[in-house]
Amino acid sequence: MIGQDELRQLEDQCIQECAPACTAACPVHVDVRSLAAAVAKGDFAGGLKLLTRVVPFPRTISRICDAPCQPVCRRNEAGDPVAIRALERACVEYGGAPDKPRVLPRRGKTVAVVGGGLSGLTAAFDLARKGYAVSVYEAGAEFGGRLLEYPEAILPRRLLCDELAIVESVFAEISLSAGLQEDSLVALRRECDALYLAVGWPASSTFGLAVNEAGRVAVDPVTFMTSMDGVFAGGDMLRSGAERSPIRAISDGRRSAISIDRYLQKVSLTASRANEGSYITRLYTNTAGIAPLPAVPISEPATGYTGDEATAEAARCIQCECMECVKTCEYLRAYGRYPRKYLREIYNNLSIVKGERKSNQFINSCSLCGLCGEVCPEDLGMGPVIQKARQVMVADNRMPPSAHDFALRDMAFSNSAKFTLARHRPGAATSDAVFFPGCQLAGSAPAQVEQAYGYLCEKLGNVGLLLRCCGAPADWAGRTELFGESLAELRAELDSLGATKLIVACSSCFQVFKANLPGIELISLWEVYDRHGLPQETKTSTFNLQPATLAVHDPCTTRYEPQIQESARALIRRLGYAIEELALSRERTACCTYGGVMWLANRPLAEAAVRRRIGESEADYVTYCAMCRDFFAARGKRTLHLLDLIYGAEPSTNAERPGPGFSQRHENRARLKRRLLREIWGEDMPGEPATYESIRLLIADEVQARLEERLVLIEDIQRVIEHAEHTGKRLLNPVSGHLLAYFKPTAVTYWVEYAPEGEAFRIYNAYSHRMEIAEGERK
Amino acid sequence: MNEPTLPAGPAPWICATCNIPLEPAKVSIAYLGNAFPVDLLKCPQCGLVWIPEDLALGRMAEVEKTLEDK
Repeated sequence: MIGQDELRQLEDQCIQECAPACTAACPVHVDVRSLAAAVAKGDFAGGLKLLTRVVPFPRTISRICDAPCQPVCRRNEAGDPVAIRALERACVEYGGAPDKPRVLPRRGKTVAVVGGGLSGLTAAFDLARKGYAVSVYEAGAEFGGRLLEYPEAILPRRLLCDELAIVESVFAEISLSAGLQEDSLVALRRECDALYLAVGWPASSTFGLAVNEAGRVAVDPVTFMTSMDGVFAGGDMLRSGAERSPIRAISDGRRSAISIDRYLQKVSLTASRANEGSYITRLYTNTAGIAPLPAVPISEPATGYTGDEATAEAARCIQCECMECVKTCEYLRAYGRYPRKYLREIYNNLSIVKGERKSNQFINSCSLCGLCGEVCPEDLGMGPVIQKARQVMVADNRMPPSAHDFALRDMAFSNSAKFTLARHRPGAATSDAVFFPGCQLAGSAPAQVEQAYGYLCEKLGNVGLLLRCCGAPADWAGRTELFGESLAELRAELDSLGATKLIVACSSCFQVFKANLPGIELISLWEVYDRHGLPQETKTSTFNLQPATLAVHDPCTTRYEPQIQESARALIRRLGYAIEELALSRERTACCTYGGVMWLANRPLAEAAVRRRIGESEADYVTYCAMCRDFFAARGKRTLHLLDLIYGAEPSTNAERPGPGFSQRHENRARLKRRLLREIWGEDMPGEPATYESIRLLIADEVQARLEERLVLIEDIQRVIEHAEHTGKRLLNPVSGHLLAYFKPTAVTYWVEYAPEGEAFRIYNAYSHRMEIAEGERK
Repeated sequence: MNEPTLPAGPAPWICATCNIPLEPAKVSIAYLGNAFPVDLLKCPQCGLVWIPEDLALGRMAEVEKTLEDK
């Protein structure tokens, strides 16, 4: 189970929900991104709503804001920053009347605010709305403080007065020409329950409070409390003339109001106050590839943007977000959210006691390839979380059986006597190294396994051979116990050969061994070819003046194995080909969907992911993983395996060959073992074949394709027929003469429509289901 | 599995052993500890059941998925 703390830590690593740079830099955190989106749609009222949510005086601030948002706008990197303040003004101009502020019932506590400028009025506004009785003392003859000094063209006096009147609408007591004397702070403090000082710049006095090195009133940076209990201070009086800022004045007033509210409610002044005021966001936004655009000019500066101009300018906002993993990974894209949300869904899915587990398929659809973690600016990888979730599901007996069964059956086949083999080289009593070709290369290209083994014996001497599955499918499926058993068997076979060095063809095997076989030296087959030279029979590509170009697809399990990737490239070049690097290659390579059993758990998604990968280049692909090759070739992408280049007589036709079907893979492995035993060790295949294996089937291509699609194996069909012919339990179609029978060898019930044809059986159709027919129904 | 599961029209299959037509009957089918009575065709004599292809690949597959996620 994933703990709450671990979940939060992981969620925190996903930065997608972090504020964009503009909002983080804004001391009151205007939601600029949403505002721009609203304006881009012509929704000025929506924009105004967003503005008034955090700014009590939008008309004023949209004219005079010092806009710390604009220099950090990421549009900077592709043209001018977005004219955010001008967009805010457009919202004010075209957004209609702002909503009337709502006021909470009176609380019977009083707050004095000294200073009627932006900061003092903001605090007064916020506190009065919270139900406090607020008295404002302004030294001048009218509200506004230094706002009154702006020229009429920038901030018309009439507009200012109208807007500041909103403060009067929410609270009662206003005293003008009522400045606070240096020595009267203590007396005023005694008359109220809390006090906010915001007398502006330059401050008329420090009122006997503690000061900082600059001689200005010192405040706590989080709470704004001064050295006197219950007395808070903010706004421009805390700053030098050069640092003065209207928006910071508002922010200080707002933050001080939060402190005063908490102070009066006697709760913590400091809890949960992260990210108040300006800060630097963690949000990453990739601006590469964004076409530069200059700012939309304001045709009439005195009145600001027209509606159309504002809409055009707002459309320049790039709507900053991260989504690096979602953009790169088809799986994370397909489910429509991002890791922070996915993590919560996984956690919830594992926590459900009763009810539908909606994220089962999501959890089982990841290829565990690690690309998300590689592209994440914060190195958050979903793979380890998802693998753990699968392990939990298995442990809780909640793993859908259909998700991985077929892959686990394939693994069971490869770890059965039909394929497993552990031998020293003939005549040798020890092995300096052991070749581990892996189950899928053996299933896909058994002849190449034989050729590669011959090469290794010739170049390296005493090389043993170990045929079996590395156990990766069990590991991917979260089957910890099964994986452990498989590893233990493998370990025992390695020990029986006295092997300390493995030569590995498949990079998935490589990763399994790297993580689980400490003390065993690993080297990829490709490094061996690179170091010891190509075999003599290899024909390098010399038939063109221009070398043919191949795009390299690195298997995802070589992501952090540059030595394997380099060896593969060196070989491809030596074989006479030019290399095209795909946009996603090396440590950013993409999975072919075999990883994590994705191809089985979510077949439509896997299809989309493969299509995306093979669409990256027009060039023929070359790879060094049998499953990658076969998956791509199955969708019509010309793809070569590195061994096709080394041993293939005609690589061009090899690129088009479809990989063998699932049944053929079994057959290829079994034949490989039989052949190697006979040809190299002069032995017969041990054990008797099962009786059903001798049943001969006749299957048209079209039916065979349906069997592949439905994951029905030849051996399944043979067992149904054996059972049906033995028991006589068959249905008959009197018109066609076809028979229909079913049998459930293990978990799945298979139905086969067939008819005898000479010594063999013609297969017309087959299908399966997992629901069981209650045996009691049959007499 | 409450929807009709019997095929429309006469069944193309008869019991090969008993050489008689199949007849509608309630048959219990089960998955992951959940059992459902389903209307299927079966041999009235030996009890051999027929599950049509479209039922296996359609409604049954859906129910399997639902039960796996329960």
